[in-house]
Amino acid sequence: MAELAGIPIHIEQPEAEPQQFGNALPILNEIRHALARFAERAEPTRIDLAAIPFGPGDEARLMALLGRGEVEATIDALGPTRVWETRFPGVWVLDYANVEGERIALQIEIDEVPQMLRTQRADITDSLAALDAALASATAADPAAESRH
Amino acid sequence: MATSKTLGESLRQHGVSRRGFLKFCAATASMMALPPSMAPAIAQALEKARRPSVIWLSFQECTGCTESLTRSFSPTVENLIFDVISLDYHHTLQAAAGDAAEHAREQAMNTNAGEYLVVVDGSLPGPNANPGYSTIAGISNYDMLMDTIDGAAAVVAVGTCAAFGGLPKADPNPTGAVSVQDLVKDKPVINVSGCPPVPMVITGVLAQFLTFGTLPELDEYGRPRAFFGQSIHDRCYRRPFYDKGKFAESFDDEGAKAGWCLYRLGCKGPMTYNACATMKWNGGASWPVEAGYPCLGCSEPDFWDAGGFYKALSVPTGSPGDVLLTAGAVGAAVGVGAGLMSRNQGKQAVKHHDKVTADQLEEKL
Ligand code: SF4
Ligand code: SF4
Repeated sequence: MAELAGIPIHIEQPEAEPQQFGNALPILNEIRHALARFAERAEPTRIDLAAIPFGPGDEARLMALLGRGEVEATIDALGPTRVWETRFPGVWVLDYANVEGERIALQIEIDEVPQMLRTQRADITDSLAALDAALASATAADPAAESRH
Repeated sequence: MATSKTLGESLRQHGVSRRGFLKFCAATASMMALPPSMAPAIAQALEKARRPSVIWLSFQECTGCTESLTRSFSPTVENLIFDVISLDYHHTLQAAAGDAAEHAREQAMNTNAGEYLVVVDGSLPGPNANPGYSTIAGISNYDMLMDTIDGAAAVVAVGTCAAFGGLPKADPNPTGAVSVQDLVKDKPVINVSGCPPVPMVITGVLAQFLTFGTLPELDEYGRPRAFFGQSIHDRCYRRPFYDKGKFAESFDDEGAKAGWCLYRLGCKGPMTYNACATMKWNGGASWPVEAGYPCLGCSEPDFWDAGGFYKALSVPTGSPGDVLLTAGAVGAAVGVGAGLMSRNQGKQAVKHHDKVTADQLEEKL
């Protein structure tokens, strides 16, 4: 049987520029307004890209325009969420995926740090209790601990 | 059975962290077509939400709606919602059969009287039709529906068959099929139409009930406005071509390759209200128009009889009802004989491997 790679496939090269349906620039404008609002009164904004009628190529164009900045992070909760700052500081992209790696939401967030990256208050309370418990059991197991108190 | 556990507790028991929960809320807001700023409010409401009991009735249907729902991307949002609702009865998905299954339905009805949701997919033979066309455990669809909705909080008609009669009701409607709203008059009926509906729209409606305990705002066909408020045409990325008058004339001409508007190939986008253009299908991968195929209008009443999938709408825009009525009348004039003929011609075409154009298809239909 012929190897898969042996089957001749003719790929039509797209014209020089990828096809565009003109939906990237309006979003970039919206981001600009949101950034101005944040600069003036520290008001964060989130834009849900699922609600935007993107054609093929529109999203890639928007992402190319936004580019990549200095920060990149992955949150491992209910599948990976990739977060990165764009080349415009304060403009973040959040790409939410499920455990199978399929995208479940794509958002732009305008803020100093995206909400998802912050540790939540309730987690800090739980964390304190967990650390206390860890300390207590470590102390109990350590014969030299008494003298150090 | 509906338990007293809240959704927040239930999720944490599933090992979902608070960040995971925040992500769940962000995706839920997106799914409910709410602005992302609503996520904290959703989180708050969901923390306290109780698991509602859901009874799912499948009548004259192809199981496509359940397929759509269960094939939606997993295992987050939709699945979690299904983990946290209490799906007490669903023919296709439940393990129990026969008496045990019917017993589960009755028990769910008694325990949650006045509070459970009934989801229906499929149309059903009306009260004057022969009930023998569709029965479950010897109970006619009509009797089962009327009996089950008695203590329901609301009824969700999932899919165009349940919402408007769909394929079973298409001319000549041999089983006397009617829709849920034709029969249920004293309970709120929410129509989640589509053939099948976009999975996220099904769960979006359930999520709203779960989150806020309220029913969504509906349009004149009983469909949630959040998802059916705008036409495919108004949200279509090919719209700039429509506005410039650039149309594909066949499925493989230069216009089709350049991604021009599919109006002349029969696109029903201008009279179709659904969420495909933004939510898309297969986890947001694409949707029919993006794949180069005209919208069939599957979320509209009587779309099967609307005059032919490849026939351009005679009236570009306007009230959906009007277009459907005129188009439907044309469709009804084509007799059964023509249908038989087209089937034979189709076989011939396959045999000779003839190429069939949209126009020819249209003639044959
Ligand atoms: S007619 Fe169809 S393809 Fe053309 S713009 Fe409208 S929805 Fe899009
Ligand atoms: S594009 Fe049109 S026919 Fe296709 S699923 Fe969406 S509403 Fe139905």
